Amino acid sequence: MSVRHVEAVMGTVFSIVADGMEDVEDGIEAAVARLHEIDAKFSTYRPESVISRMARGERVTYDAEVAEVLERCAEVEADTDGAFSVRPDGRLDPSGWVKGWAIEEVSRLLAGAGSRSHLVVGGGDVQARGEAEAGRPWTVGIADPLRQGQFAALVSGTDFAVATSGVAERGDHIFDPATGRAATGFASVTLIGERIARTDAYATAVFAMGPDRGLAWIEAHEGFEAYAVLPGGQTMETGGFAEYLTG
Amino acid sequence: MRRAIVTGTATVSGVVLLLGLKPHDDTPSASGRTLSISSSDQGSAAPSTQSTPSTPSTPSTPNTPSSPNTGSSSTGTTTTTRTKTVTGDAAGTRYGPVQVAVTFDGKKITKIDVLEYPTESGRDREINSYAIPQLNQEAMAAQSANIDGVSGATYTAEGYQQSLQSAIDKAGQ
Repeated sequence: MSVRHVEAVMGTVFSIVADGMEDVEDGIEAAVARLHEIDAKFSTYRPESVISRMARGERVTYDAEVAEVLERCAEVEADTDGAFSVRPDGRLDPSGWVKGWAIEEVSRLLAGAGSRSHLVVGGGDVQARGEAEAGRPWTVGIADPLRQGQFAALVSGTDFAVATSGVAERGDHIFDPATGRAATGFASVTLIGERIARTDAYATAVFAMGPDRGLAWIEAHEGFEAYAVLPGGQTMETGGFAEYLTG
Repeated sequence: MRRAIVTGTATVSGVVLLLGLKPHDDTPSASGRTLSISSSDQGSAAPSTQSTPSTPSTPSTPNTPSSPNTGSSSTGTTTTTRTKTVTGDAAGTRYGPVQVAVTFDGKKITKIDVLEYPTESGRDREINSYAIPQLNQEAMAAQSANIDGVSGATYTAEGYQQSLQSAIDKAGQ
């Protein structure tokens, strides 16, 4: 018997499905409190958050967690030659790392409460642990960016993360820091990795790099696979992606 | 990154629908434009009602969000007394609240009315005109394929699904 929880936080909705371990309620309660704590500190929409204050150039008290997040962002920025940026619009905004990291925190707290299997979805990014039920892996649908209401592909696995970057409904919202223009080479690109924070940040970077450079770049990274839908409807994938395909 | 992609988990089980979408411009409240999404039930005899998706103006009475747990006025006389309408909680999204009312025939969802959705800007209306039916289809696809989660979608979609889920949860109580 699994337990389900939906929480509106961080400008989106987090959904948790966890196995019914004994302390599941405690685990979910701790996870939800953690999400709100992260939001209070890292939100770019709350003027009083640490990140908003830093973005305005105000002095803030040293915070080890903020320092670590900014360090991870700097790492990914270096890894991706700037295709991922902690200042995507010229203003401090580590959201591209924070959302995935928050999902990992939920997973960590659930595991700490005894959960061996859970699926955590936050704003289109997915972290799966264990399996959906005995003998059945988790199945995640990749929304088709060109055909409303349909899935471009279904992937399944036991311990994996799935992140999709796309033009989505809000228009060209990911900018290529190299050109300052909207990145439009993909309709969407989905990455599969082990942990969602880096998988999500890399998905953002690959999207910004565009199909040619982006897919070659991710192919060279062990532990990551990619599936792309191009504006014309063609699809591209890395060598190991098919192992996750299902349905 | 201001990433507007987001998604819901496909945990809205028991949902079978597909739909016509009719804006009601006569709804009085400022933000409360109502969309009526009628469902059909994949082949079997659906309690299909006033679902005329292509009709821009609707002759039926506007859906009233204030009448939860009452018999649906729109399912006509052919269905049974098991029909009831449950209003979901309003789910907050970055762009504004989203709230749905779900009509059940027994455990089957036969109709979903979107009571409130973001209409602040023309862009909101444009987005929601296709994001909402998309979510209905996703819910249906998810149910049929036993999908546990979805990667890639929208904020409003999330709010929609959250309100939908709360209505389903209430109906089950």
